[in-house]
Amino acid sequence: MSAPRRLAKEQPESFAFTPENLAWIDELLKKYPADKKRSGVIPILWRAQKQNGGWVTEPMMRVIGELLDMAYIRVYEVATFYTMFNLEPVGEFHLQLCGTTPCWLRGADQLKNVCKKNIGPNGSRTQDGKLSWIEVECLGACANAPMIQINDYYFEDLDEESLEDIIADIRKGVEIKPGSRRGRTSSEPEGELSSLSDESIYDPAVAVTPVTLKSAGDA
Amino acid sequence: MLLQDKDRIFTNLYGLRDWRLEEARKRGAWNGTKDIIAMGEDWIIDQVKASGLRGRGGAGFPTGLKWSFMPKQSDGRPHYLVVNADESEPGTCKDREIMRHDPHLLIEGCLVASYAMRANTCYIYLRGEYIFERERLQDAIDEAYAAGLVGQNACGTGFDFDIYLHHGAGAYICGEETALLESLEGKKGQPRLKPPFPANAGLYGAPTTVNNVESIAVAPTIIRRGADWFASFGRPNNAGTKIFSISGHVNKPCNVEEAMSISLRDLINTHAGGVTGGWDNLKAVIPGGSSVPLIPKEICDDVLMDFDALRDVKSGLGTAAVIVMDNSTDIVKAIARISYFYKHESCGQCTPCREGTGWMWRVLERMAKGEARTEEIDMLLDVTYQVEGHTICALGDAAAWPVQGLIRHFRHEIEERINNYREDKPVAVVAAE
Repeated sequence: MSAPRRLAKEQPESFAFTPENLAWIDELLKKYPADKKRSGVIPILWRAQKQNGGWVTEPMMRVIGELLDMAYIRVYEVATFYTMFNLEPVGEFHLQLCGTTPCWLRGADQLKNVCKKNIGPNGSRTQDGKLSWIEVECLGACANAPMIQINDYYFEDLDEESLEDIIADIRKGVEIKPGSRRGRTSSEPEGELSSLSDESIYDPAVAVTPVTLKSAGDA
Repeated sequence: MLLQDKDRIFTNLYGLRDWRLEEARKRGAWNGTKDIIAMGEDWIIDQVKASGLRGRGGAGFPTGLKWSFMPKQSDGRPHYLVVNADESEPGTCKDREIMRHDPHLLIEGCLVASYAMRANTCYIYLRGEYIFERERLQDAIDEAYAAGLVGQNACGTGFDFDIYLHHGAGAYICGEETALLESLEGKKGQPRLKPPFPANAGLYGAPTTVNNVESIAVAPTIIRRGADWFASFGRPNNAGTKIFSISGHVNKPCNVEEAMSISLRDLINTHAGGVTGGWDNLKAVIPGGSSVPLIPKEICDDVLMDFDALRDVKSGLGTAAVIVMDNSTDIVKAIARISYFYKHESCGQCTPCREGTGWMWRVLERMAKGEARTEEIDMLLDVTYQVEGHTICALGDAAAWPVQGLIRHFRHEIEERINNYREDKPVAVVAAE
């Protein structure tokens, strides 16, 4: 188990959802049975974290507890258990670097060095609050390793140079575009396709034939 | 024989075409769904059983059989289908492509599977980090609602069906089905004791089936094209097509849908551009996601990629996530990093796992440097057996197996490293008593 996650020492006085987010919560809770609104705690904490610039606070958890008829400690348990909830302020651009074996095999350590050089030790934030980074576990984009999640989206097929470029763009205020840094659309093999190159399968006359349902074993 | 394009289920796996409903329909999604449903619950389950489909989330349990465990009649409690989209097994990145590029196959599968299990509600539990996939999949669900494919009187069948997207917040353990249900109920993701099994008491205490994204998404196509068609790929008991995720030291890492029982060598050479530096530069492969034991090159040379073949070499197909390591790999460090992952992700509920994962990791980190004693290798192996099978869920097993695989095949490397370390730092001679 990872080290215990504790709340930040300095906490704000209060927290209040914006009217837009309150409306969003009303919609969200329609997904769950009326007596099971506690099911919404993770999506609501996530929304609240977003509203608060990237981290979860104690007053926020109390507000959510009241909203969902949950004891504060139950919200606290969830917020400290799930690692996407940041318990300390993070940078305006929060970099989560995957360090698990598939990314490690393809150079995650080199990316770590770029983060250390530009931002500081693992888990740190720059003085100006612009950037922060942390090493995380497998983000499920292993065929596009090594990769980093920056705020919401994935930046893939990275190397030291492309990560340096991304960080430089962030500093310059240039918009950064998620996805592969080697020109791939997604996880297709680079260069010539080894599958799905037969155009004829996309002819609707072939792909959408009338369905005659056969039981197994029928000729 | 390699799978031909005409036999691939996920024809937009790479997102090279439009994912939206209109275009997805032209690729065959939602074709004849109403007719499938008209065949009835039991017929659908029989087809899935006959197709030989085994769960694509790692355990390989027969999907049709799992569906048949759901009560045939409701006792007043609702039934639920919960789709496990908490894709987090290191090396695995296939469900992501289904959700962002072929979402309508998944949504259609949710309807067909839910109907077969008499579930009017389906939740898709998506890993929290997949934010783009969440947005995309929600858009696709909205499209399906707007077109009347789901919702009241779904597809004009008279069946009322709601499908909801829910997400987690970064916990590997929530891929374990009962931890996932706990999380969906708004709690910490700590696995439940079984029995009761989810089919009897799952989400909110009601009958529930939890299936992997790929298992659900392939179901409508299997039924459309016939169980016999699906069963014609792969060896008996290992039927069908499957998405393989190939990562690590290959020239072209990728996801690819292939026939089951393809040889590992063909898979890597045909689709991933070969091992970096050529096949002879291969050191070892983790063939099914980080949980399964690695296999060294001698086994990789001719092993087939299916459940039985990999079990026979004391590994497993798992999620079919192939992690390739060439001769430049520090194999001890590679497995130590996996051990760190399990230490990080242990939920802390069971002592053998909570304490054992950290212990194994710390010992492996020392061994990676050679800073250990030779006897500790057997001690480490012994500890893996004390963790394996002694925990509520399989995370303990998953943490133990990679270490066992390392010691089984690369004990000599650990010993060599320990010996070299000792030679560098001679132990002070202890005076005779």
